[in-house]
Amino acid sequence: MRYLFVILALAFAPAALAQTPPRPFDPQVEAVARDVGKSLRCVVCQNQSIEESNAPLAADMRNLVRERLAAGQTRDQVIAYMTDRYGNFVLMQPPFQTDTLLLWLAPVALLLGGAWGWFAYLGPAARRNLEPTPLSADEATELSKTLGKGGRP
Amino acid sequence: MSVIPSTEEPQPTRAALPAWAALVPVALLLVVGGFFAFGLTHDPKAIPSTMIDRPMPEFALTRLTPESDPLTNEDLKGKVSLVNVFGSWCSSCVLEHPQLTEIGKSGRVALYGVDWRDPPSDGAAWLTRYGNPYLKTGVDSDSRLAINLGVTGAPETFVIDRDGRIRFKQVGPITPEVWIDTILPLIQKLESEPA
Repeated sequence: MRYLFVILALAFAPAALAQTPPRPFDPQVEAVARDVGKSLRCVVCQNQSIEESNAPLAADMRNLVRERLAAGQTRDQVIAYMTDRYGNFVLMQPPFQTDTLLLWLAPVALLLGGAWGWFAYLGPAARRNLEPTPLSADEATELSKTLGKGGRP
Repeated sequence: MSVIPSTEEPQPTRAALPAWAALVPVALLLVVGGFFAFGLTHDPKAIPSTMIDRPMPEFALTRLTPESDPLTNEDLKGKVSLVNVFGSWCSSCVLEHPQLTEIGKSGRVALYGVDWRDPPSDGAAWLTRYGNPYLKTGVDSDSRLAINLGVTGAPETFVIDRDGRIRFKQVGPITPEVWIDTILPLIQKLESEPA
């Protein structure tokens, strides 16, 4: 079983090597490419960025990002190339624009709504209830009877 | 709306909520219910294509059968055509293949194949095994065309009009239903459009 695993690992090793880009390594390009890659969503496994994903398509996208950066395109140009083809879905962080207003503002709106509700109603009600309501005459009589002696309620 | 009363009698000092306040939970329920009604009936993984009504990107793909000329935009000119993205690694493509074979045989529309992310020998072997319905098949081993087309998986099929514009993208297999209900009517519509 153990040998089988080793054999399989070796069998797939050339395929893994074949995917490494044959481009000269440029640390500056690489740094930007990682940044770009982290902001682009893998369209196969959608909760990962292309930098994290093991999907073959993500690997090709990483290569394309590096190739375009090496060719002199800026970070924004490369991201625009991807959003142009895959829409805003390909961005890990949705942009702030009209159709995402609800997404971005809903948490703030809910927080403000809750705060208003608290200060307008619940807070005052809670404070009022800290003061016990005086017993009515009937209740006072009942209490005196139960306690078996007279006196102030 | 209020905290638990400390006596059983209604309290005269209770915070007075306006009458409409009773409708607030109902309204909230409707809003949340609306979001769920949308969210639970839509596939969150379905990425809407931005490519519809845009020209087919420039491409030149090496042919799967190496002796012939590349597959390019020129091949798509002047007629309605289907570009089917497949791969020998793609199990849904096997599922789709009988329908493609049918379409290829009928000659109803020009059908082109893009063998995506596949060693060419694998793609060729796959077509030998299941039959080749394509007029021409290009190899896109590094996803260059696939990314340019916004492809997210295989199979995907693009309907291209006579002017070389992408008019529709079918994500997932072309089933007989998809062919009859969606793609065939669209082809007829595109063919009746003035050139």
